[in-house]
Amino acid sequence: MAEEDKLDAIVVGAGPAGSACAYTLAKQGKNVLMLERGNTAGSKNVSGGRLYTYALELLEPDMYKRAPLQRKIIREQIMLLNQRGATTVDYFNPDFGEQVPQSYSVVREELDEWFAGEVEATGATVASGVLVDGLIEENGTIVGIRSGEDEMRADIVVAADGVNSLLGQKAGLFPDVSSHAVGVGVKETIELADNLISARFGVKDSEGAARVAIGCTDGISGGGFLYTNKGSISLGIVFNPEQAAKQPRHIQDIFQDFKMHPAIQPLIEGGSSVEYGAHIVPEIGYHGIPKRLHREGFLVVGDAAQLGINTGIVIRGMDLAIVSGLAAARAILKSTRAADAGPLYMQQLEDLLLLANQRAYQNFHNIFEISRVFSTYPNFANDAMQFLFTVDGKTPKPMLKGMLAAMRKNATFGALLADGWKAYRSL
Amino acid sequence: MIIKKLGPEELLSLDKFSVDEGHPHILVDKAICATCKARVCLIVCPARCYRLKDDQVNFEYAGCLECGTCRVMCTDKGVTSWNYPRATFGVTFRCS
Repeated sequence: MAEEDKLDAIVVGAGPAGSACAYTLAKQGKNVLMLERGNTAGSKNVSGGRLYTYALELLEPDMYKRAPLQRKIIREQIMLLNQRGATTVDYFNPDFGEQVPQSYSVVREELDEWFAGEVEATGATVASGVLVDGLIEENGTIVGIRSGEDEMRADIVVAADGVNSLLGQKAGLFPDVSSHAVGVGVKETIELADNLISARFGVKDSEGAARVAIGCTDGISGGGFLYTNKGSISLGIVFNPEQAAKQPRHIQDIFQDFKMHPAIQPLIEGGSSVEYGAHIVPEIGYHGIPKRLHREGFLVVGDAAQLGINTGIVIRGMDLAIVSGLAAARAILKSTRAADAGPLYMQQLEDLLLLANQRAYQNFHNIFEISRVFSTYPNFANDAMQFLFTVDGKTPKPMLKGMLAAMRKNATFGALLADGWKAYRSL
Repeated sequence: MIIKKLGPEELLSLDKFSVDEGHPHILVDKAICATCKARVCLIVCPARCYRLKDDQVNFEYAGCLECGTCRVMCTDKGVTSWNYPRATFGVTFRCS
């Protein structure tokens, strides 16, 4: 590439982090190139399917109104499954989010393609079907990227290359992702008529439900998820892979059992499976973020930086990706020398409260080490419900006795106390 | 289509694969796999690219979902090289 073509920034990866970064830079007149290995942005991306709207608002007020969002989430559901039954908590709030709806279900193929289009419309160049396989380093500084025989140079390279971030490793910032720091997610997208989705989940056509499920993983640490989209449902499970590896059943089979569970199957009945995807997910939050996210000429954003929050009921990734992309862009815009961008990026992650969010939940993942959460307690909840709702003409057991029996069937007092203490210490 | 349990081939048939013939993006050393006791790939690879064949771990990259699970989970470093497929190759989700 000729010298006059030298770019201000190369962004690798057209997911939410990369697009947020490239969009902000290009809007400020920077000469930006965004590269995507998929044939279109989003064609290789998998996620559960919910975006918290505040992140798009931070990027540009009202931008969310242009985005191809699916359904506004107004039902938050927590489902505890046993073999054939389920106890579901359903929190309905039609006003969730005061002026701006709090969150939407999203379909990545649509969202990412739209987002990359927005980037292009600001004047940046977006090139799809380009795999970046190396970095160019000169005098200790990253000065560009390699793609096959091609070399491209820029003042800064932003790695938005996803959770496996091979570029971050090539830059020497961090080693392979550790198996205890990630979950393995599998997901099926099931097309289903929009009016059926609305009726089955008790929502209007523009509104939707998000559900987490525990007790569907054969006791493996992890949980199911379900998001209602426009004309489809995203259904999946995220497993702790280390625990999955210690038991005999393939995770695909456990997932298929979840899909066919008597409390799940009627929700998707009549639909057709149109996609099967898998992805690894940063699972341990703050402690999983690498110590070094930058070096001269190089910043790491989004999943590549292992940003993620999972409280068990709130699962966040795309919002953090967008905020980190914005943080990187602001740092680049503020920096006068290449060496400044990294420290400014870390400062922006603080100023935009991203790290404060990560720190607030920094010990939550310890709860997921309590093995009884994933089968004992869902069983207990369902046994308790069965006792409470049973009417058969026989002399009913006293309330306390019945509840204690449901508990003892599943766990001892000592176990409950120990787990309660551990949970308390993690919050 | 009726909602039913789908087997590994049925699940992968929902996606589109453009196979880079002769250029596997993941390299597996069968000699290492032969002595591996854990063989966690058989359980955790979401695409079931790793399967037992005559008591040997057999790896087939054609249906890879590019998730990185094997790279993270392989205990004995039998996965000797893990890259993304070359541009335009590999999986495309939601092809319908």
